[in-house]
Amino acid sequence: MTEKKFEITQHRLVPKHSVLSEKEVTTLLKNYSLKDLPKMHLTDPIIETLKAKEGDIIRIERNSLTAGKSVFYRRVIANA
Amino acid sequence: MAKKEEITEEVKEKTEELKEKEDEVLTPEEKNILKEALSRETIESTQQYITKKVKGVVFGVLSPKMIKKMSTAKIVTPELYDKEGYPVDGGLMDIRLGVIDPGLKCKTCGSKLKECIGHFGYIELARPVFHIKFVRHIYDGLRCTCRECGRILMAEDKIKKTIKEYKRIKEKEGLEALRRLTRSTISPLKSVSKCPHCKAKQEKIFLVKPLMFKEDEKKLTSIQVRARLERIPDEDSEVLGLNPKVVRPEWTVLTVLPIPPVTVRPSITLESGERSEDDLTHKLGDIVRINQRLFENINAGAPETIIEDLWDLLQYHVTTFFDNNIPQLPPARHRGGQPLKTITERISSKEGRIRHNLAGKRTNFCARTVISPDPMLGINYVGVPFIVAMKVTVPEVVNEWNMNYLKKFVQTGPKEYPGANYIVRPDGKKKKVTEETKEAMLEELQPGYKVERHLMDGDITIFNRQPSLHRMSMMCHKVKVLPYKTLRLNPVVCAPYNADFDGDEMNLHVPQTEESRAEAEILMQVQTQIVSPGYGLSVIGCLQDAISGNFILTRDLTLEREKAVELLCAVGITDFKKLPNKKTITGKEIFSMLLPDDLDFQGASKAGEPVLIEKGILKEGVMDQKTIGGEGEGLLLRSLHKQYGPDATIEILQRILRLGIEVLLQRGFTVSYSETELPPETVEEINKTLNVAEEDVQKVIQSFHDGSLETFPGRTLKETLEMKIVEVLNKARNLCGSIIKKTINKKTHISMMAESGARGNILNVVQMSACVGQQVLSGRRIEKGFSKRTLACFKQGDLSPEARGFVRSSFKKGLNPREFFFHSITGRDGLMDTALRTPKSGYLYRRLANAMQDLKVEYDGSVRDAANRIIQFSYGEDGLDVSKTESGKINIKKIIQMA
Repeated sequence: MTEKKFEITQHRLVPKHSVLSEKEVTTLLKNYSLKDLPKMHLTDPIIETLKAKEGDIIRIERNSLTAGKSVFYRRVIANA
Repeated sequence: MAKKEEITEEVKEKTEELKEKEDEVLTPEEKNILKEALSRETIESTQQYITKKVKGVVFGVLSPKMIKKMSTAKIVTPELYDKEGYPVDGGLMDIRLGVIDPGLKCKTCGSKLKECIGHFGYIELARPVFHIKFVRHIYDGLRCTCRECGRILMAEDKIKKTIKEYKRIKEKEGLEALRRLTRSTISPLKSVSKCPHCKAKQEKIFLVKPLMFKEDEKKLTSIQVRARLERIPDEDSEVLGLNPKVVRPEWTVLTVLPIPPVTVRPSITLESGERSEDDLTHKLGDIVRINQRLFENINAGAPETIIEDLWDLLQYHVTTFFDNNIPQLPPARHRGGQPLKTITERISSKEGRIRHNLAGKRTNFCARTVISPDPMLGINYVGVPFIVAMKVTVPEVVNEWNMNYLKKFVQTGPKEYPGANYIVRPDGKKKKVTEETKEAMLEELQPGYKVERHLMDGDITIFNRQPSLHRMSMMCHKVKVLPYKTLRLNPVVCAPYNADFDGDEMNLHVPQTEESRAEAEILMQVQTQIVSPGYGLSVIGCLQDAISGNFILTRDLTLEREKAVELLCAVGITDFKKLPNKKTITGKEIFSMLLPDDLDFQGASKAGEPVLIEKGILKEGVMDQKTIGGEGEGLLLRSLHKQYGPDATIEILQRILRLGIEVLLQRGFTVSYSETELPPETVEEINKTLNVAEEDVQKVIQSFHDGSLETFPGRTLKETLEMKIVEVLNKARNLCGSIIKKTINKKTHISMMAESGARGNILNVVQMSACVGQQVLSGRRIEKGFSKRTLACFKQGDLSPEARGFVRSSFKKGLNPREFFFHSITGRDGLMDTALRTPKSGYLYRRLANAMQDLKVEYDGSVRDAANRIIQFSYGEDGLDVSKTESGKINIKKIIQMA
């Protein structure tokens, strides 16, 4: 069998992920006066498709029952 | 009192431990600063508030040395008192350990009862014993270290690396991560078979529960174990996760046992003058006795078996002293057979110190009794019995202007209402008002004093019913003092409290300061809680009779002017400008009298017909559950609240309520047996429907037997059959429903109740007059009972409706024995289900509430926990305050209209 990878971003349950630019990061941290964000592992399958590195911040846009669309942010960390 | 002292003692124990450490923790610079501060010439220049911030708490194990150092007495005899009843020196009640008798002075600190918090003593144990709470740590220590040289079973360079890694993780990720790391570092060491330091072969060690270590089938005595733990170097013990500054591994095997102060275990003097000792004292007595015997036997050179037996017994006593609930050990008991409550039992579980005394708080100035309804009471009032009002008081500060007013209460005394129970002098001294003293008190009273007067009408109280699951479970009510012995509340507020009157009890609290009263009144009063923060609609609203009343009024009634005025007067309306100048007045016009003049409202009734209010006049539609009901309905109430605010809404609601009840009082409202009677044509129609359904079911069953039934995808043949049968029967019942809905007389009270949503629904009517329907047990037709049949009167494998719990009769006609039995099966099942589900869901909710208790919405709209970590970037993902919305949505159309 030829190797055909499953495109996880195409799955209907996987929300849209994107890497924040440096400028966006500073405004985000300033707006929320944050030191740290919720985390996600470097081994998360979505990281591979995003080509993100440790320390990057990922924006996740989820479909929400209450708001239609909701934004969440996570920082990529190395595995423990 | 005794309990309070126990707590302080425990606290003291901890602080003492900490103080010891503080000396070590201070760095040289800090010490220098301290010295400098003390050497300054003028104390004045350095005088300042000393504010200290707790940086951390270090937990450790007491060393034998430390135990002796903090002790004031060595306990050597199990005797408690001598012949005169005086505590024996060196006994467990030694007066050096603190005082519990009034009049005696503590030999250690010289203070009296209640001042002296007690002091520790100690026992020198004849042989070491394991501390039951450290068995796991001892086990780890034994398995992970070499049996010959005592080093940890880890290569030298790896030890250093591990410790460095520990430090890094502790700083970066905290203690929880450190603990996890320690566990995973240790676990491979347990199976190392050769010491990397001295190359000695390692034997496997087993823990024989609860308290025995076996190496190569030989028992390890506690002396041997202690010797091994002693050999572990400080650095190696760090790898085991112990901080050698505060815990040495061998301290987990006790050679000295601290004796808690007597204040921790006070004895009780019974009425007969006999003394009854605390459970802990009993246990300690056992320990001391066996310990002395062991000493004697060792000194006398008794045979090894006797010594070993005594040693085991000592181990048992010390173990149960710490914890009397060890699975494999029989609990130590009183002579009566009831188990002793030792240290662990005092702390843990629901009745323990933490959940009972620290987390569970008790208050004064509160009352609890059975509740009963009083629809004449204001919605934000609570009826308080006289007996309660004369016990629970409100302090009022005396000043020039209220002096005479307050003097009247003192004059009346405590026995008559409204009087006063106490006066409080400015220095805080409380004096009881009695018949004899009240004259003198009247003289004494002057500004600055406080008078604790009886509860009176209009006082602010907080009313509560457990379980307090949401904030509406505690609301502020004003007092109305009433005769009899129950707390009275308006049935409208049953919904937020989830109360009924089948014996429910509720609590009443009286705030004692101006500030707390103001806070309660502004934040907690019933009207401020109308809109639920859970779903953004009104929680309180009309119920049952009030809905029926308004429904009848706005749908059917036309009254003579005189009657209408009478009705409105009863509701409390005196201004009749708005009343149309006609001889007869419609119900809608009467209802409109209660509404504000500029109210516009568009909605729908329960039946789906439009309701229209223009300029405060009900033009179209009827009032029912959907417009004036509570618990997530009552849209009219919601818009009133939005437009006119809480106070006006509660006022209008109260009037609507009174109007509804008054209409029913004047008109009368009963439900009659004959109302469930159906006309013969309808009976015929229903019979036909049911017959057709039964024939259809027979046909389906037939097709199942001859194999022509087609299976649904993903189902077995049998499942398909069941689904089809249920579908047919349900359809038949629904058909009955629509037939009845069509033919029922709208003037009957039963249909009015169902239609307005006051009580019951059309399904209940169908069950009463047409057909009860299929009985369902855990989602299926009834299958249980005998093999392949439900009752012995059916053939095996009978799948017909009547053999599987279909009740064709109506309640009115009566059920036949088989139907009755099926009906009682589902009835009992429902009862069981509610009885079993309630505690389960309660615990589920408790865990949820505890997990989320300190989440908070910050000013930037994000939800964060106590450590300021983000949980949601925007509250509820949409950032909306639900209580400011209607059912979670913002009605933009309405906002535009209003603007």
